Amino acid sequence: MSTIAFPFATLPRTGTAPLIPVAPLADADRKPLTKKEVSADHPTWCPGCGDFSVLALYFKLIERRKLWHEKLTTVAGIGCSSRFPYFVQGHGAHFIHGRALPFASGVSISRPDLHVFVFGGDGDAFSIGGNHFTHTARKNIKLTYVVMDNQVYGLTKNQTSPTSPLGYKSKTDAWGSGDRPINPVKQAIAAGATFVARTSAMNPNHVLATMESAMDHDGFSFVQCLSECVEFFPGAFDAAIPRKGGVFNEISKDHDVTDEYAAYKLSDVAWPGQFGTFYKVNRPTKNANEAKIIADHRAKVGDAADWQILQKNFDRMK
Amino acid sequence: MSAVADTTASTGGQPKVTKINEAVIRLAGNSQDGIQAIGGFLARLAGRSEQEVMTFMTIPSTISGGPSIFQVRIGSGEVLTAGDEADMLLAFYQHSYEDHIRSLKLGGIVLYDSDHVTPKPEWQESYRHVGVPISSLTVEAIGGTGRDKGKNIYVLGLLAKVYDLDVTKLKKLIVERFGGKDASVLNNANSCFDAGYNHSLENLLKSYQFYAAPSKGGAQVVMNGNEAIAYGLLAAGVRFGAGYPITPWSDIMELLRKELPKYGGSFIQCEDEIASVSMAIGASWGGRVAVTGSSGPGISLKTEAIGWASMAEMPLVVIDVQRGGPSTGMPTNIEQSDLNIATFGGHGDSPRVVIAPSTVEDCFYTAIEAVNIARKYSTPVILLSDQGIATRIEAFPEPDLKTVVQDLSPDLTPVPEHKPYDLSAPGGITRHLAPGTRVASGKYPVVTGLEHDELGHPTGSPKLHMSMTAKRRNKLRALAAELPVPTTYGPNEGHVLLVGWGSTQGPLREAVDKARSLGEPVSALHIKYINPLPNGLEDIFKGFHRIFVVELNDEGLYGYGQLAQVLRARYADPRIQGINKVDGLTWKVKEILDRVRTLTQTPVA
Repeated sequence: MSTIAFPFATLPRTGTAPLIPVAPLADADRKPLTKKEVSADHPTWCPGCGDFSVLALYFKLIERRKLWHEKLTTVAGIGCSSRFPYFVQGHGAHFIHGRALPFASGVSISRPDLHVFVFGGDGDAFSIGGNHFTHTARKNIKLTYVVMDNQVYGLTKNQTSPTSPLGYKSKTDAWGSGDRPINPVKQAIAAGATFVARTSAMNPNHVLATMESAMDHDGFSFVQCLSECVEFFPGAFDAAIPRKGGVFNEISKDHDVTDEYAAYKLSDVAWPGQFGTFYKVNRPTKNANEAKIIADHRAKVGDAADWQILQKNFDRMK
Repeated sequence: MSAVADTTASTGGQPKVTKINEAVIRLAGNSQDGIQAIGGFLARLAGRSEQEVMTFMTIPSTISGGPSIFQVRIGSGEVLTAGDEADMLLAFYQHSYEDHIRSLKLGGIVLYDSDHVTPKPEWQESYRHVGVPISSLTVEAIGGTGRDKGKNIYVLGLLAKVYDLDVTKLKKLIVERFGGKDASVLNNANSCFDAGYNHSLENLLKSYQFYAAPSKGGAQVVMNGNEAIAYGLLAAGVRFGAGYPITPWSDIMELLRKELPKYGGSFIQCEDEIASVSMAIGASWGGRVAVTGSSGPGISLKTEAIGWASMAEMPLVVIDVQRGGPSTGMPTNIEQSDLNIATFGGHGDSPRVVIAPSTVEDCFYTAIEAVNIARKYSTPVILLSDQGIATRIEAFPEPDLKTVVQDLSPDLTPVPEHKPYDLSAPGGITRHLAPGTRVASGKYPVVTGLEHDELGHPTGSPKLHMSMTAKRRNKLRALAAELPVPTTYGPNEGHVLLVGWGSTQGPLREAVDKARSLGEPVSALHIKYINPLPNGLEDIFKGFHRIFVVELNDEGLYGYGQLAQVLRARYADPRIQGINKVDGLTWKVKEILDRVRTLTQTPVA
């Protein structure tokens, strides 16, 4: 049988960089990363875009929680907000439209040593990627998904989005949108997300606290973050900005975050709705379930080498 | 049976034994009758003996019911195809009898279930008819429960008697197959087998015996193409996969789902085809060479993400078990009509590697090769299998797993600096860094589907788009230069060259043997590396007057099948013509040769 023998175990990383060894670094010797160290490209967002705030707070989270460059795993799909990974100095992936969640799930399940952050917009999450949102939540894959919801398609310049309110006038609905908008919080709970929170880019402390508890959650943590598009939908979230005469209604401390029905009810509160953690429960993650399946199988094969495991199957086919 | 048959007088008043060197047996019934199981037993028996074996099956795409056949060819010499014509037809029902009698050679034996089949008088002269009340005898054998489940094993017993098969080995196979189940299942199977074996075939006087075959030297393994691909992926070190069920790809995902955890890996069943390919690419970025796969429409759905893997230069293995298309097409039939989508299925210029295994054994090694090419060249690799090879059972020499099995653990060694798209890398061949790898310079790479600079940051620069497009193309040229140049089957000069790819290698080779035996100067060339093509094919073409590309796809608008079109475009050689068909069945040797003879009567335009 002809096969090309490509030597792989020893294949070097290709490139022109010198292959000199790099000394390992103990975490204790490292200082938290500053904003300067963790920022990469200058964001392409319009001046005044709510997404700047989310990026700045991601940097803050990295500094506060002492996350190191090499562990930063930032994934996005397509859209204005999905440009996110280019602005972060760390490992990043800018994938195709709507599929950031399955891509990130592949990273999460195959690399349990990493915590994956996924950033994206409402079109990416609830329109083209709607199916993946449901199933990633259902499978409870361990990752944090922050949807910067501006209720409009910004990158393609003002078309109706799945969260655009009824009557919203866009280039595709000049007379006002007639399609009932998605309620992301309700959708997430119904799909089986185990951490569901809502925040607004105009309230930095709230965003940071929410992202932090999302990151600490063992499971699929979903954060809807209202983030204003100053270009196409200015003033969309004024009703939630006290400075502009609105109210930022935080969820009452009495709310039981494990009560699914209470969470649904809360998600239906009239615009601008409530902010904070709606729902948080512990349910085994896909990651844990897979790890258990692996552990059970590994226990059975003992310390057999890979080729010996395969040999057993081949012996049965003789 | 075959041309070489001599009859020896047997001793002790036993029926005469005829020595044969091969037999083609076609089993025809319905899909729930366990016909594949009989074929599987015969194939495995041959694998454990010195005979060679090849099978062919069709199944309906319905869950239960609908006609199903399994054809098995067992030979003492080299077996290349499942056979054009059958020596024996085993017919369970009237429709099996009527629909398949024409697949029997004249004078062949039709062994039919007389509980269900009424033989036709007009066929009595052409074929030897032997009726056995298979259904009722099966019911009797297992204690009259009124159900005829087990008649496949009864038939196996009958065949064991007719072909003087090794009963000890067969019984061992039955134990292996049913031993794990409830004891009554094994008991019933044994009773059915014994009843079949001991049934007195008074009117079938002859019994056949295979000539001893030359020793194969070393153990043989018996499996189908789907199994060989799955085991090849495991051997290659693939530890992550994601997929969505679709026939005939599903067997591969089921096997990987079951086996991967033993190796510390996972296979995830996803919500759809797009999620599967995306998840596999994510795992590849994570440092594993991951696999996804599908058939038919599923491949169409994956094309956008495959384009991303091409752009972002991410290793990825995509298994395409082709079936009849387009759209839902013919889910359980063979066709080689995905060459175009595999090679060109993406918007923009998105070079990728396409390879096609030709035998079940080749499926195993090609899967390993696909992984290694994906890894070395940071590219999506599409492995084009098909429904025929997926379900075909063959025996092949057991691989030396100790040397074949690879470890591909992610490499997270820290680096001083790294450019995932370094334009100065020789041959344009670069690799990405898996997340978790520290870069001492503090400059981290991004992988992306946007056109990008060397670090992966977006660019609108026409110069960079040109140089990055060239980089992605040049690395496949570098691969082409490394590929082995195929050699012809038969002399490298002659009148006709049959060019094929994928699972049709067997019939093409048998066609060459047949033509050569009649003095016709025909040779065959099998192309495994579809994209990029290996260098040097033009030199092979020079040795022949006519070049016919034999493919199981349509001749297209301009008269050429999918590979023929590629070869025409590359070599601009007017001698290249197509021999195509889309009946959903594998090539018969006769079909190929008839077409060759017709085409050679007209000169090249």
